[in-house]
Parts: sequence; C-alpha cells; structure tokens
Amino acid sequence: MRLLLRRLAGALLLLWLVVTLTFVLARAAPGDAAALLVAPTASAADAARLRAELGLDAPAPVQYARWLGAVLRGDLGESFASRRPVADVLGEALPVSLLLGTLSLGLTFLIGVAVGGVQAVRRGRPLDTALTVATTAVYAAPSFWLALALVALFTYGAATWGLPAAVRLPAFGLRSPGAELTGLAALADVARHLVLPVTVLTAVGAAGVARYARSSIADVLGTDFVRTARAKGLPRRRIYGAHVLRVALPPLVVLLALALPGIVAGSVFVESVFAIPGMGRAMLSAILARDHPVMMGAAIVYAGLVIGANLAADLALPALDPRRR
Amino acid sequence: MPLATRASLVLLALLAAGVLLVPAMAAVDPLAIGDVLSTRLLPPFARDPAGRLHLLGTDFFGRDIFVRTMLAGRLSLAVGIAGALLAGAAGTLVGAAAAWWGGALDRAAMAVADALLAIPRLVLLLVVAALWSPGTTTVVTVLVLTGWMGVARMVRGEVLGVRALPYVDAARALGVARARVLWRHVLPNALGPAIVATTLGVGNAILLESGLSFLGMGIQPPSPSWGNMIAGGREVIVTAPWVAIAPGLALVVTVLACTLLGDALRDRIAGDGGEQLGGRA
Repeated sequence: MRLLLRRLAGALLLLWLVVTLTFVLARAAPGDAAALLVAPTASAADAARLRAELGLDAPAPVQYARWLGAVLRGDLGESFASRRPVADVLGEALPVSLLLGTLSLGLTFLIGVAVGGVQAVRRGRPLDTALTVATTAVYAAPSFWLALALVALFTYGAATWGLPAAVRLPAFGLRSPGAELTGLAALADVARHLVLPVTVLTAVGAAGVARYARSSIADVLGTDFVRTARAKGLPRRRIYGAHVLRVALPPLVVLLALALPGIVAGSVFVESVFAIPGMGRAMLSAILARDHPVMMGAAIVYAGLVIGANLAADLALPALDPRRR
Repeated sequence: MPLATRASLVLLALLAAGVLLVPAMAAVDPLAIGDVLSTRLLPPFARDPAGRLHLLGTDFFGRDIFVRTMLAGRLSLAVGIAGALLAGAAGTLVGAAAAWWGGALDRAAMAVADALLAIPRLVLLLVVAALWSPGTTTVVTVLVLTGWMGVARMVRGEVLGVRALPYVDAARALGVARARVLWRHVLPNALGPAIVATTLGVGNAILLESGLSFLGMGIQPPSPSWGNMIAGGREVIVTAPWVAIAPGLALVVTVLACTLLGDALRDRIAGDGGEQLGGRA
C-alpha cells in the first residue's frame, strides 16, 4: 500500500513536471496567438485588447500560476480559436482516439506476440529471417506513408484494377457522408471506416512488439524446464501454451505500456491522413493556430495516458509474475 | 558478417553514391519547373514529349521524381545523421556529468529526462517545432532537444558502473584530476550502449524529420526532403500515387538499413545485455 502511494505520488510529480516543461516550451517560442486570431485589418489597439482578454499580456509566471491553478480546479480553460471550453473540444475528440487506440493496441499485442512467438520457435530458419526483414521493414516505414499507400490502394488501385465492391474500404472520415444510418448499420459503417486506420497503427505497433517478443520468447525456449517438458514427451501445443507463454507473457505486458507512445504518435499522422476527428487532429490544428489552451490540454491528456500506462504496468507486473514480488 | 548486415552496408553505400551523383548528373535541374502541362504526373517509366525517360515518373510540376528523391536524400540523410549524432553527444555529456558529479545536478537532470520521456516524442517535437519558424536548423535543434534523454540515462548507468571499478580509484590515487579521469578512463569504457543507441537513432531521426516535414513543420519546399515530397504527393494520391510512394520507398530502405546495422552493432558491442527496446518516434 505504501509502495502504491509512493508510486502514485511519483507519477503525479512527473505529470506536473511534464506540463510545466510543455508550458515553458510553448511560451518560450516566438509567435503570438493574438496576432493569428485578429483580422489582418484590425488595429494595434484591437490586438492589445484581445491579448488582455485572453490573459496573454500578463508576465509568463503569472500566466503559469493562473493556468496551473485553473487546471488543479479541473478547468482546462477556453480555446483561443473556437472560444469553446477546452474540455469540450478534447471531450469530443478523445473517445474517437481511444476507440482507435484500444483496438490497435489490442491487435498490436496479439499479432506482435504471435509473430514473435513463431519466429522464436523457428529461430534461424528461413521463416524467421523473412519475418525479421518484414517486421523491420514495417517498423522502418513512417505511419503516414503506410496510410497513404493504403489510401492509394483503395482509391487509385480500386479504380485501376477494379477491386470488387465487397473489399472496397472507405479511405476517409469516420462515417459515410450524407448517409442517415442508425443502430447496427451506423456501427457497421464506423467499423468499415476504422479498418484502414487500425491496420496502419497495428502494423507499425505489432512490428515493434514482434521484434521484442521474439528475443524474450527465445530466451524462455532455451531454459531447462522447457527441455524437461520436451524430454518427457509433452505435445508441442502444451509446451508452448502452458509452459512457455506463462513465463514469457508477463514481461511482455510492459510492452503494452511501451507501445502506447508509438500508437499515440502514429494516431496523429493516421488521423491526419484518414481525416478522422480525434485527439491527434485536434492537437495538430491547435498547434498550427497557436491555440495554447487546447495544446496544453492535449499534452496533459497524452502525458497522463503514458504515465498512467507505465504506472499500471509497474503495478501489474508483480501480480502477474510471482518472481517480481 | 551476417548477410543482412552486408546487404545494409551495400544499400547505404549505393544510396550515398546515388544522392551525391544523380542530382549532379541530371540533365534537367530537379528544382526547375518547365512545361508543366505536358510533363506533369507522368507515370513511372514514361517518356515526356521531349523524349526524356522518367524512371519513377514526374510530380505535379513535371519534375523528375527519381532525381528529386535522390536530391531530397541529401537533406534527409544529413539531418538524420546530424540530429542523431548531436542528440547522442548531448545525452552522453548530460548522463556522464550527472553520474560523475551526482547530487543536485544528477537529480535535476534525471527529473527533466524522465519528464521529457513521459511525453510521446512526436507530441514534444510538434509542440516545439510548430512554434519556432520551420527550417533545417529548427528540425535538427528539436531532434536534439527531444532525443538526448535515452542516451543520457544509459550513459549515466554505465558511468555509475565503471566508476566503481578499481582502475578508477587507481587513477584518482595517482592524483589525476576528476574531470580528466572521467574523460580519459571512465567515458571510453561507458560508451558502448550510447554508440548503439545513436546508430539506431539515425533511422529514428530520419523518420521524425520526414514526419515533421510531412506535416509542414520541417524542411520547407522548394528544398526537397523525403517528408515534404510525400506531403506533396498526398494531394494527388488518388490520381497519381507514385508521387508519394517513391520517396517513401527510399525512406523505408534507408531506415531499414540503419536499423539492421544498429542491431548488428548492438549484438557485437552490447552482447546479451543490450536488449533494451529502442523506442520508436
């Protein structure tokens, strides 16, 4: 219990450091939000009034104190650009990204461990080499380029090679425009739109997980208890399923926490290419518009997710792996 | 030498020769825009009305994509290598100083490193890059600002380990100054993992540069980089996908070769202890 509290305190301290650093970085940059917001024809007095209204005329430490105080009260402020509460802007975007992220993270883990496991079992054989090159190549590909390649395949490719209608997947947005769908049909529509983005995020994530899972499963395959299991004639299915996975899986749970930042980064690009209204797109447009409150809100959410995931992995590991207690 | 390592070296050598020679030998300036209407968006292996063969086709302004990809490679490779090397050097300095002098310096440096590591690197990059005026210097600067932490932690750990070895005590007992002991005796024996991480960092830096340029916050046109070439192809992805696909292929091959080389180096230098996951982007 004391350990839990200490870890929690550490995580909160880290979160505070992160948002403070982000604040400093954002404010240290040249470029003035008010200048972007006022009309080009506005007078200097108008710009000054807007700056005062947004609280941008106060000295930086005062701005920081005000902002941190509001955040501690649960108020993320108001977007400079849309004048809506930041919590509302992010509240609309977050569920979309969470749906995309959890689907991808789950598939990333399943596929990554499966591929890594196959490689470990076939270590040094042609299949292993082929999969190593394949995973390293996917790992080396930028997610936005993979996304564009899929868009090309399902637009240009579908038209050029005449893909059958059943496998033509929508390449943009989250819903079919203009279609008034309800119930299951609406759900199926969203699912069809999610196939390509989830594929890109999963491919990139799973390639990374497989690279790691391969070596950690191979380590377990070399242990004495696996040789014993083989020697006493257990069927392969039982050796791998019951003995190897049980020892190899817990450390891989940590991978879920490590894979999260990659999925977050990937989602910024993937949401941008596939025009999906999630956190990544919200943050990108906030950054481009110097919309500090939304940007800081997004940074808090992202950092909170990553720090929370690391904390959860730290705490889950002893529960899953008695040797770590 | 394993086949993969040899293949990577050959690929990188070919690429280096390509980026240096191809733009220099090209018949037409890869930045010049000529007769746009008759030469734009030609598919790969097509000839334009003047009879010139375009190996990978042409872009929206009728410029040869193969030559431009090679020209972009100069900038992308230079930025990737510079970004990774400088980040590695900065991380080594911070990590070594933190471990060697300890105390408040150590705690402060590691707190900042942990905080920066807790933000996805891309988010950090975007926040910093978008707010400064875009360009090559900005990209290298933000790559260093957001890339030193991993190496710093590694070097710190190594220096802490090496510091406890008898020959360090011996050097101190002989009256060698502390800073000189660090530089001459400790650092050379603590650098292995940092070198591996920096090599693997080259591929990562190239990826991040391309990502920033893709979003319009990195290297600005008309200077071609792989990222901004892919961004340029995005608008015509539905009608002329090769414009975005070709520079991406060059990028994938480069990062793949860098990663395979880094892996090979890790196996050589770090042995079994070096199984740290090189975090992506």
